Amino acid sequence: MATSATKNKKQKNIKKPVKPKKGISIKNQKKKEMLKSTVDKTVKAKKLKEKMVPPPPKKQKKKEKPAKIKKTNDIRTKKKKETLKSTKGKAEKLELKMVPPPPKEEDEPKECKKIRSEINEILKDRFLPRHVVDNIVEWVARDKKLESKLKIIIDRVLADYSKNLIDPTEACGMVGAQSIGEPGTQMTMRTFHYAGVAEINVTLGLPRLIEIVDARSIPSTPMMNIYLRDEYKVNPDLAKEIANKIEITTLTDVADIEMDLISLITHIKPNKKTMNKKGLTLEEILGRLKTVRKTDAHIEKNAIKITLDDPGYKNLQSVNETLKKLKIKGIDGIKRVIIRKEPDEGYVIYSEGSNLKEVLEIEGVDPYKTSTNDIHAVARELGIEAARNMIIQEAHNTLSEQGLNVDLRHIMIVADVMTADGTVKAIGRHGVSGEKSSVLSRAAFEITVNHLLLASQRGESDKLNGVAENIIVGQPVNLGTGAVELAMGHSKSKKKKGK
Amino acid sequence: MARSRSITKKIGKLEFAVLSPNEIRKMSATKVITADTYDDDGFPITMGLMDQKLSVIEPGLRCKTCGLKVGKDKCPGHFGHIDLAMPVVHVGFVKTIRNSLRATCRKCGRILLTDQRLDGYKKAIEKNKLEGRDNSFIFKTIISECVKGDVCPRCDNETGKIDLDKPTSFRENGKKLTPTEIRDWLEKIPDEDLLLLDINKKSARPEWMILTVLPVPPVTVRPSVTLESGERSEDDLTHKLVDVIRINQRLQENRDAGAPQLIVEDLWELLQYHVTTYLDNQTSGIPPARHRSGRPLKTLAQRLKGKEGRFRSNLSGKRVNFSARTVISPDPNLSINEIGVPIEIARELTVPVRVTTHNLEWCKKIIELSAESDTAEYVPHVNYVKRYRSGIEQRIKVAEKNAKDVAEKLEVGYIIERQLMDGDITLFNRQPSLHRMSMMAHRVKVVPYRSFRFNLSVCPPYNADFDGDEMNLHLIQGVEAKAEAEILMKVQENILSPRFGGVIIGGLHDHISGCFLLTYRDRKFLKEDAARFLGAFNYKGKFPKTHVEKETHFVYGRDIFSVLLPRDLNMEYKAKSCFNCEVCKAPDCPHTAYVIIKNGVLKQGVVDENSIGSFKGKIVERIIRDHGTDAGREFIDDVTRLGIATITKFGFTTSIDDEDIPKEAKRQIKEGLDRAQSKIKNLVAAYGNNELEPLPGRSLEETLEMEIMRVTGRARDMAGEIASRYLGMDNSAVIMAKSGARGSMLNLSQMSGCVGQQAVRGERISRGYKHRTLPHFKKGDLGSSAKGFVASCYKSGLNPTEYFFHSMGGREGLVDTAVRTSRSGYMQRRLVNALEDLKVENDGTVRHTGGDIIQFIYGEDGVDPSRSINGKAVDVDRIIYEIKEEA
Repeated sequence: MATSATKNKKQKNIKKPVKPKKGISIKNQKKKEMLKSTVDKTVKAKKLKEKMVPPPPKKQKKKEKPAKIKKTNDIRTKKKKETLKSTKGKAEKLELKMVPPPPKEEDEPKECKKIRSEINEILKDRFLPRHVVDNIVEWVARDKKLESKLKIIIDRVLADYSKNLIDPTEACGMVGAQSIGEPGTQMTMRTFHYAGVAEINVTLGLPRLIEIVDARSIPSTPMMNIYLRDEYKVNPDLAKEIANKIEITTLTDVADIEMDLISLITHIKPNKKTMNKKGLTLEEILGRLKTVRKTDAHIEKNAIKITLDDPGYKNLQSVNETLKKLKIKGIDGIKRVIIRKEPDEGYVIYSEGSNLKEVLEIEGVDPYKTSTNDIHAVARELGIEAARNMIIQEAHNTLSEQGLNVDLRHIMIVADVMTADGTVKAIGRHGVSGEKSSVLSRAAFEITVNHLLLASQRGESDKLNGVAENIIVGQPVNLGTGAVELAMGHSKSKKKKGK
Repeated sequence: MARSRSITKKIGKLEFAVLSPNEIRKMSATKVITADTYDDDGFPITMGLMDQKLSVIEPGLRCKTCGLKVGKDKCPGHFGHIDLAMPVVHVGFVKTIRNSLRATCRKCGRILLTDQRLDGYKKAIEKNKLEGRDNSFIFKTIISECVKGDVCPRCDNETGKIDLDKPTSFRENGKKLTPTEIRDWLEKIPDEDLLLLDINKKSARPEWMILTVLPVPPVTVRPSVTLESGERSEDDLTHKLVDVIRINQRLQENRDAGAPQLIVEDLWELLQYHVTTYLDNQTSGIPPARHRSGRPLKTLAQRLKGKEGRFRSNLSGKRVNFSARTVISPDPNLSINEIGVPIEIARELTVPVRVTTHNLEWCKKIIELSAESDTAEYVPHVNYVKRYRSGIEQRIKVAEKNAKDVAEKLEVGYIIERQLMDGDITLFNRQPSLHRMSMMAHRVKVVPYRSFRFNLSVCPPYNADFDGDEMNLHLIQGVEAKAEAEILMKVQENILSPRFGGVIIGGLHDHISGCFLLTYRDRKFLKEDAARFLGAFNYKGKFPKTHVEKETHFVYGRDIFSVLLPRDLNMEYKAKSCFNCEVCKAPDCPHTAYVIIKNGVLKQGVVDENSIGSFKGKIVERIIRDHGTDAGREFIDDVTRLGIATITKFGFTTSIDDEDIPKEAKRQIKEGLDRAQSKIKNLVAAYGNNELEPLPGRSLEETLEMEIMRVTGRARDMAGEIASRYLGMDNSAVIMAKSGARGSMLNLSQMSGCVGQQAVRGERISRGYKHRTLPHFKKGDLGSSAKGFVASCYKSGLNPTEYFFHSMGGREGLVDTAVRTSRSGYMQRRLVNALEDLKVENDGTVRHTGGDIIQFIYGEDGVDPSRSINGKAVDVDRIIYEIKEEA
């Protein structure tokens, strides 16, 4: 009896803690799923729009300037709001901050608008990519005589455009993979190189490309280009102020720490010169020092005295250690900053180390231009579309920095594969390749035996849709000419040979 | 062509499942009980590992199960089985077994969850499956939730803690679980709970993961090899199976004889070891089973795994017939889409030709000719004649003796295997095949000697050179394949690269030098010479305009070149030899670097790499876009021949005296270098006195290094600048560098001016001895020569320390390439594997073969990169230019 009672108790005891947990876990899961699916939907909805609206959709001006990540994202959030009011993300928070967005296309001169609408009229429901239309508008705006010939121009452009379209069943993924992989052999291995700013080392060349494709959670040399707004980018003092806010400053940077082993007191002796440089006051340092636990800090002349709540040699040592690493000012992760004056941009801050989230929250930073090379941070803070654009941009920059010419479309397809399901996935066994539906294809790539055993246990079936599977079983592949099923009748006259 | 094309069956899908003991017994041809293979007479022992019921390997013998021979009839092979005396764990499924034990109740076999929770999970799993999401996270949470409880919620039975001792033994609360116990436990798990354990009840039962019967693969899977000495050498798998059977027998005998528990358990363990290594000989935690010689055995998992495994080496890539491989060499007389095939290879490779009423006579003739072995000119012979008699293929070898006979009996409907002849379509390939241009279709031209030959212009896509490279040739056997190769794979179809939409085939080296010499600065040629140039490419059109000067007839070089251009060609662009002047005087460039072509006439400017070169040739690109690939091929063929004819007329050589510079120049360079030296000295001194202003965010040392690097870099540029000032356009090396044919001005300045700073890891050389690089220098010397600055030029020679530093830099480069190839190769393999299944659908979307949409329109505008103009969808600039011209 007694034992059974305890058992029952036990059971209850167990059940209680377990139950709520279950609830939470499932809820969390659902939430996660919801988030995922909404992202999916938005991505798809957005892309759908792109496709379904034949006259140039409103975005698509992706590849002109670097650091435009923010812009497209902004449009994305807006669309999100239109279509799915329920999703309120971090992006919205940014909008609440009322940073004025950069000038949009609508702000272009009136005549351009006029030409644009004329073109749209001629086009009716035929499709031309946005950048082609832009190009025509540019030409026509420059040369008034062309206006009368707009129709001829459009007709020819359309004819050329349809001639240049990609063929259906083209193995575009394979071509893309080869086009990115092949120049890899020509790239340098040198990890460090100077990029733009001589003072900051950035991983470039093949290692960087591999890093992008791997979707590493932290790049080996994180860095940021922080652009400033309005008066901040003109005024060197204000720029300096922001730089000081961003760069991490530890206590040892601005002060000397002296331990008094007899009285068990630590003296902090600030260095006036460096303090001024960093824009710090004694009070600020004091404020930070007060947060150190089990101690008390007072100002004593030009120094700070720290007493221990529980005096002892060991405590003194451990407090000393925490003091050495104490952050006085700045953002975690940002080790060093450099301010440079760029011809068109005014003052720009380059930083070693990256922390997109906190940098964007700083007053005076232009969130539309600021960029980082941390893909996952971009995906977290600005959304999956921004991450996609960033992958494209980073890969393109690393390739062209080496003087290699690769069509953007190839890079796009890699980026789209990596981000297609709403999360950034690596290319390789832990990402895209590992999640393939075909057992044979996975087995042929890596970790052969485990995939086969797991497949048998799960009773998976391989539908033989992909390339690798069909090669394995010895069938024509469902791509290119293999995807076309065409039979020729025996009767009737001559066949025509044509290209 | 040879195969009958009635119905081709397609495999719809492959299903994977775990074999049940019953199924293994059912498909077994025989039980295997004897550990031996052959008896003393060399005959397979019945119920042994080589039993003839498990198929046979010797040709001529018949399989005792199906009665088919191994060769032609193709006996597929039959499995046998071994009944294990005691059950053992399957290594591959250890994790699943562990999870199943942890998540289920020992007494009732149900999962350790209440009905409510169970249903919740089931629903979640089903939903995820429907949406095609990964379930692994849910399974993990199920297991961890089940482990948390102490008591089964259904039968109140206390649950124990399950530990896994790697690799194959389990403990419950510290007490060992025998495989028999585990099997009994797993049997209790009801089918409806299997879903939560990630097991499909249709394909597997957990107890099947404990083996009671072991399938024995057919003999054909593990053929024995007869050595020269007549000895039999068995396959690794057979060896392993012998071990398994032997131990199994001993275990059975001991158990039946009632041997002590300890001995039985030891034998059981041993059986477990052998079965484990039979399945995977690289299981961590146990020593791999070894061959007598000490080599680890290659068992089942090793056969499948890795680069040399079945999947990557035999299934994803296969060996083929009708192929050849030999050394390559250049032949400028071939067209770019031709390939010279040696006669010896041509006689070996064949193409099937169906005999019809139209070609019957011709076929007979070449069969008859096959009898004559040596003809002055190459004539294709016939190697085999194939005919079908009541569905059975008969293959007759054509030899000297029977040639006449065979020719007479030849009928319509037969197939003859004809040797190669000019004009056959073949695929030509060089490894590594990094892009699709690594395999292109060429037309055969049978040539003497023993190497494959092709036009030099085709080197860049293959990345081939002739320092001993070998290449492969594949003959196309079917008509569809032939048509596809013609339309899609011919060299001329691949001149435009899909990577960046530019040309990758064009003139190179001497072709560019030649055209440069032809067109540089209004060069004039005697009419006779001009005629010779035009004859080089069999020009048949009108002779270019001649000018009379002092009673001799002259032709301008650019007029000769214009002969190649189509009439409607209008272009303006900057040549490679453009000096990048600060103020560009575009249309009338003093260096003739601005090219203008009007209506197919080269009005001004010089033809160099930017016009006809591979990767850059603008004219080639335009001709292909406007006039098609055939015209492009012709242009490349002709322009290369014209270039070579020109350069042959001029005579073109470069030698050591091309790098000679006058004393004055040498003095200037020396002065400049001295200035740089003193600058560095000053910098070092400033650093020593702590007067150096550090760059923001840099230490003092780093700043010094950067400053010095800048100075040395500038010094080298200065030397090159001075040297190139004294090297004029009459210098062959300069012509090559300026026209883009070969080499660069940097190479030249290193040869005649100064080699410059040597670097390792992007820094000045700093390691070697304590505080110095070499014992020739003082400790702590930061000067230029102590840290790898080479002030000499290649021509004057390097001094010993310089030479050493230079080889350090050179070594780094070598290491770099070695590392790079492997790294980028793996990256490409991953990229290809991830993207291979993508295709553009008929609706313009890009989809995965699973049906997931990746892009709604390819590349945001649906334009093929190889048809795009510098990445742009449409060449608006050109259209507008043309419209303006028309007006």
